[in-house]
Amino acid sequence: MFAESDEIRIVTETIRQAAREKIAPVATATDATGELDKDVLTLLWDLGLMTMAFPPEHGGPEQHQGTLLCVAVEEIARHCASSALMLIIQAVGSFPLLHGGSPELLARVLPRIVKNRELAAYLVSEPGAGSDVGSLRTTAVKDGDHYVLNGTKCFSTNGPVASYYTVLARTSDNGRNGLTFFLVERDTPGLTVGKIERKLGQRGSKTSEMYLDNVRVPAANVLGEVDKGFLLAMQDFDMSRPAIGAQALGIAEGAFEQMVKHSKERKTFGQALCEHQMIQQIIADSATKIEAARGLIYRAAAQFDKGQRNTKLASMGKLFASDAAMQITTDAIQVFGGYGYMQDYPVERMFRDAKLTQIFEGANQIQRLVIAREILKETV
Amino acid sequence: MKHLTEEQRLTIDMVRDVVAKEIAPLAQELDETAAFPEHARDLFAELGLLNPLLPEEYGGTGMPVSTLAMVMEEIAKACAATTLLLIAQTDGMLPIIHGGSPELKERFLRPFAGESKLLTALGATEPNAGSDLLGMKTRAVRQGDKYVINGQKCFITNGSVADIIVVYAMTDPAKKAKGMTAFVVEKGTPGLIYGRNENKMGMRGSINSELFFENMEIPAANIIGEEGGGFKNLMDTLTINRIFCAAQAVGIAQGALDIAIKHTKNRVQFGKPLAYLAPIQFMIADMATAVEASRLLTRKAAQLVDEHDREAVLIGSMAKTMASDTAMSVTTDAVQVLGGSGYMKENHVERMMRDAKLTQIYTGTNQITRMVTGRELLFT
Repeated sequence: MFAESDEIRIVTETIRQAAREKIAPVATATDATGELDKDVLTLLWDLGLMTMAFPPEHGGPEQHQGTLLCVAVEEIARHCASSALMLIIQAVGSFPLLHGGSPELLARVLPRIVKNRELAAYLVSEPGAGSDVGSLRTTAVKDGDHYVLNGTKCFSTNGPVASYYTVLARTSDNGRNGLTFFLVERDTPGLTVGKIERKLGQRGSKTSEMYLDNVRVPAANVLGEVDKGFLLAMQDFDMSRPAIGAQALGIAEGAFEQMVKHSKERKTFGQALCEHQMIQQIIADSATKIEAARGLIYRAAAQFDKGQRNTKLASMGKLFASDAAMQITTDAIQVFGGYGYMQDYPVERMFRDAKLTQIFEGANQIQRLVIAREILKETV
Repeated sequence: MKHLTEEQRLTIDMVRDVVAKEIAPLAQELDETAAFPEHARDLFAELGLLNPLLPEEYGGTGMPVSTLAMVMEEIAKACAATTLLLIAQTDGMLPIIHGGSPELKERFLRPFAGESKLLTALGATEPNAGSDLLGMKTRAVRQGDKYVINGQKCFITNGSVADIIVVYAMTDPAKKAKGMTAFVVEKGTPGLIYGRNENKMGMRGSINSELFFENMEIPAANIIGEEGGGFKNLMDTLTINRIFCAAQAVGIAQGALDIAIKHTKNRVQFGKPLAYLAPIQFMIADMATAVEASRLLTRKAAQLVDEHDREAVLIGSMAKTMASDTAMSVTTDAVQVLGGSGYMKENHVERMMRDAKLTQIYTGTNQITRMVTGRELLFT
C-alpha cells in the first residue's frame, strides 16, 4: 500500500479485506486444481478490478489507474498470485484495444465486454520470439477490407478462456517496425486453442498455445497504426511492468507474513525461532527488500498516472521486486524448514509462483538492458 | 579427470551409462507420480550399488565415501529423488557401521549383503525437533531386557518402506546429549505405526513418512553402541550424510547447468544463439564457477572422511552450505535462461529447482551447517 490519497487508502482497505476473506481461503485449492475459483472471478468483477485500465465510462477509475491497478494486484497476490494475474492480463490484453482502438470499435465492443464480463488475452509471444519481439513471424496480410492472420502464439495467459485477443502480427518485413496489433474475437473462424501448458506455478491460470489459421479480421480491428504495434506494446509495458512488480511484491509480502508468524510460534533451542539472530537477519533483509520494491513500484506507477515517461522506473520496479520475491519466498521456506517444503503450507506455492515474475513481461535480463538504455539516453 | 583412481573412473563410467539408460528417462514420471523408485532400487541392488558402504567383512564392497559421493552426483544430474534413495540407505546403515557391536552388525548388516533389496531409514526428526535435535520427545524406558519406546517421528525418508529403521530416543532426558540412544527397529515390530506420507514440493520420487511408536518393545540387544551414545552416533552419521547431500546438490546444479548450456546454443533470439549474448554468457560463467567450487569442496570433504580426518566436519559443513546454495541459485537461473519454457513441466529445470530447495534444508538446515562451520573454526 502506498496511500497517496484517501481514495487510494479506502480502495486498498476494501481490496485487502476482500482478498483476506474471500480469496485467501481458496488459494491452495486454486493451485492444486489449476482452476480459478468462479466466485473469486465474480468478486474481481464486482469490485471493478477487471476494468481497472478501462475508461471511466466503462468501469475504470477516474484517476490513478496505474497506481490502483498495482494496489489491487499487490493486495490479492499476498494470498493468491494466480488470482492477481487475472487483473494483470485483463489490463495488459486490453491495453492495445483501449489505447489503439478507433472510437467506433470501442463503442461497439467495450459495453459488451463489460456487460458479459469477458476476459482478454494478449497474443504476442511465439515459440521463436520471446524476449526478441522483433523477430515474431505471425503474419497479417491485407485482403480487401480485411486482414488474414496466420501463425502460432505461445504462453498465452487465459488463452483457453478469453473472449477477445489482442494479437501482434507482422504487416511488413521491417523488424520491429513492421508489427501491428489486431483485435481478434474468440469465435472468429481459424482461431484455435493449442496445447495447455503444465506450469511450475501460477497454476490457477490457464496458459496455452494459440493457433491462427487464415483468421480473417476486418481492417476496422486494427489497433493503433499499421506497423506501429511495437510502440503500443512498449507503452503497454509502462503500465504492466509496475503491475508485475506489484504481483511480485504481494507474493513477497505474503511469504514474509508467513515467515514472521512462524518464527514467533516455533520454538527451537529453548526459545522462539525469531529470537535467533540468524533468523532476524533473514527477516530484516526481507523487510528491507519489500520496502525498497514498494518505493520503486509506486513511483513508477505514479509517473505513469501523471503521463510522465516511466520506462526506467517501471523496469527497475519489475526487476527488483521479482528478484526480491524469489529470494524472500526461498528464505521463507528455509525459515519453515522441512514444513515449508510440504504442500500443507502456502510458502512452497509462493516460491513456485514467484519464479514467473522474473520471467514474464520481459525477462529480468531484458529489464536490465532497458534500464541501461534509458540511463544512457538520459545522459547523452 | 586424471585425479580419479582407476576404480573410481570405472565406477563413474558404469553409473553414467546406467543413469542415461535407466534413470534419466523416468525422472519426470517419478516426479509426477510421486512413487517410490522401485526400478532404481532393483537396478542398484543388481549392480551392487544399493548398499555401497556395507563393509567387506559383511559381504559388501565397502566403497570409499569419496567414490560414493561421485556416484550420487552422477545420479542427481538426472534425478535427485533417486539419489535420495541411496542417501537414505546410508542414513540407516552408517549408525550401525560406526557404532554397532560385532553381534549387532552380524544381525543387521549381514542381510544387506549381495543383491539384497532390503531398505533402511533413519528416524531422528520430530515435529518439535528438527534443527534442535536435543528437543527430541521420543522416550525409551528400560524394562528388564527390553526398552519400551513411545513418541513420533516425521519427514522420515523411506520410513514406511524400510526393513530396518534406526530410531533415536531419549533414555535419560535430564542428561541431554548424553541421554540419547540409538535403536535398531525392525519392520513389523508391534507398536510401530505408519502415519501419512508427505506431499512434497520436490524430490517427489521419494517417500517421507510420519512414524508413531506406541509402547513399542525393542530388545535391549538392539541398542547401537552404549546407552547414551546416540547423539554422538547421530552427529557422526550427519557429518557424512551432509557430504552426500552436498554431492546431490552438485549433481542437481550440474544437471540444470547442462540443460541451460544446451539451450543457449540452440535458442536464437536477436539474430543469434543466446550463447552469444554477454549477459547470458556471464550467467553461465557464474553458474559453472559456483558448481565447480562446490564440487571441489565436496570432494575434499569426502576425501577427508576416507582419511579419518576430523577436518571432515568443518569442510563437510562448508560443502553442504555452499553446494546447496549453489544448487538453489543455479537451478533458479537455469529456469531463467530457458525463459517461459523453463517454467513448464516438460523441460526438467523447474523440477530441479523444486528438488534443489530441499538440499538447503535436510541433513541440517544451512543455518545449522553455518553454525557448525563457525564453531569448528572458532572454538575447536
